[in-house]
Amino acid sequence: MISVKELKHIYTDADGNEVSALNGINLDIPEGEFIAIIGANGSGKSTLARHLNALLLPTAGKCIVDGMDTTEEKNLWHIRQHVGMVFQNPDNQIVAAIVAEDVAFGPENVGVPGSEIKGRVDRALAAVGMTEYAGHAPHLLSGGQKQRVAIAGVLALEPRVIVLDEPTAMLDPQGRREIVRTVKQLNREKGITIVYITHYMTEALEADRVVVMEKGNIRFSGTPHEVFSRVDELEKAGLEAPLAAKIANELRKGGVKIPEEIITDEELAEVLCR
Amino acid sequence: MLSDITLGQYFPGNSFIHRLDPRTKILATLIYIIAIFFADSFLSYAILTGFAFAVILFSRLPVLMVLKSLKPIMIIVLLTLGIHMFTAPGEHVIFTWKFLSVTQEGLELGIKMSLRLMLLLLFSSVLTFTTSPIILTDGIESLLRPFKKVGVPAHELAMMMTIALRFIPTLLEETDRIMKAQTARGADFSSGNLLQRAKNMLPLLVPLFISAFRRADELAVAMESRCYRGGEGRTRMHELMYKGIDYAAFGTVFVLTALLAFLRWGTALCAL
Repeated sequence: MISVKELKHIYTDADGNEVSALNGINLDIPEGEFIAIIGANGSGKSTLARHLNALLLPTAGKCIVDGMDTTEEKNLWHIRQHVGMVFQNPDNQIVAAIVAEDVAFGPENVGVPGSEIKGRVDRALAAVGMTEYAGHAPHLLSGGQKQRVAIAGVLALEPRVIVLDEPTAMLDPQGRREIVRTVKQLNREKGITIVYITHYMTEALEADRVVVMEKGNIRFSGTPHEVFSRVDELEKAGLEAPLAAKIANELRKGGVKIPEEIITDEELAEVLCR
Repeated sequence: MLSDITLGQYFPGNSFIHRLDPRTKILATLIYIIAIFFADSFLSYAILTGFAFAVILFSRLPVLMVLKSLKPIMIIVLLTLGIHMFTAPGEHVIFTWKFLSVTQEGLELGIKMSLRLMLLLLFSSVLTFTTSPIILTDGIESLLRPFKKVGVPAHELAMMMTIALRFIPTLLEETDRIMKAQTARGADFSSGNLLQRAKNMLPLLVPLFISAFRRADELAVAMESRCYRGGEGRTRMHELMYKGIDYAAFGTVFVLTALLAFLRWGTALCAL
């Protein structure tokens, strides 16, 4: 579905220095996968995300989406329809003053006939559980609801991939749970490929695969169990493992016999009570 | 619920005036304004005033609320009345005081001119009272579309209005937040003379502007990733459509205009 090859991205910062944000990333994302990308601030995870729908173009290397090269101008709108993107601040990605009108914005842009747009809007709002808010003004909604509207806005374009760039960073715990649940549901029920960028480790636990980035490189990747049991390596990458994994790690160092791959509270409790 | 955003002076309702196509309302208002300039006799003014009040009654707006919209222009109206009263030349002097004199002609002209102003504002406020800003924007875009060829950026104007409507409440909220934050740091927004107060606004405006620009930047990226590329090839979820009542409304204002034109020039035409 998405294939990133030797992707490099160099930009010029405010002082005129050349900064390398990505130094040769290789990543394949198969159709239907739920992949989480984690990394400290400045690790390049957002930059990588913006390459996936051609908001940024590679300095070197390639980014192939559904067989289309992002550097080719003629693919641009097809790629953007194919790969939807949800950003951090829900306020700054809602365009219209009515929820339904905002969800219709994408399909209107690509020229879907008016009669068909209505159906798409209804389906998208239903998929994120916001049907009853169709006529509301976005500024009166909660953060989690706004972010779900933003996801619906992307869904209305009927993408195969949705990239979410720290979608929960500005939300309260309730809103975060709403988003994670919605995203998981879209992945399971509609088979939409999810690229989920976050710095909340607990959210990454839901993914099929976790990729750890540091300073523009992919450090390691694997299933959540594989990744989060490597507590020390995570710390080197500037990340904090889930509490249960950290406790298990310390206990192991202290001589207590605890198997690797303990990362959730439940797993830890079960092992300790045995 | 839908579109009842308390911006501007929209007064939600379900009268047939509310349900008219926004283009009908905008065009009818324009035609009415033209008709106002046809009026010269008191009879014509009486007809125009009657028509305006009939529309207000049909729209089921509180009459007092609509009349209140005249408040901001009252000074201009009185000024117009005064200037015409004292300066217009005429034969029948009613009243003289030192070098000032009021003639009957001047008084009549003054009253007519003030009536013109008031009717103009009254009728256009019915438009904004009965049409939500969002629908109004759609109407304006649709009406300006034919002028695209001569360089009128119809879609861009409408998009700007849409975004402005969306972000006004957000920025108001933000202003409030910044104000509280600055007050907590000892900023004073409510005392001192006008100049002092204007100066004190600086710590409020600077963060607000910075944040507005950041929002604009993020919004642009989000719009682009949702395939926005200007008005070219864009469709709309709700296409505007003229219905029976729209044609009836057009018919009514045309008849009104014709009547006023006849009152003004009809007798002259008959005499020919």
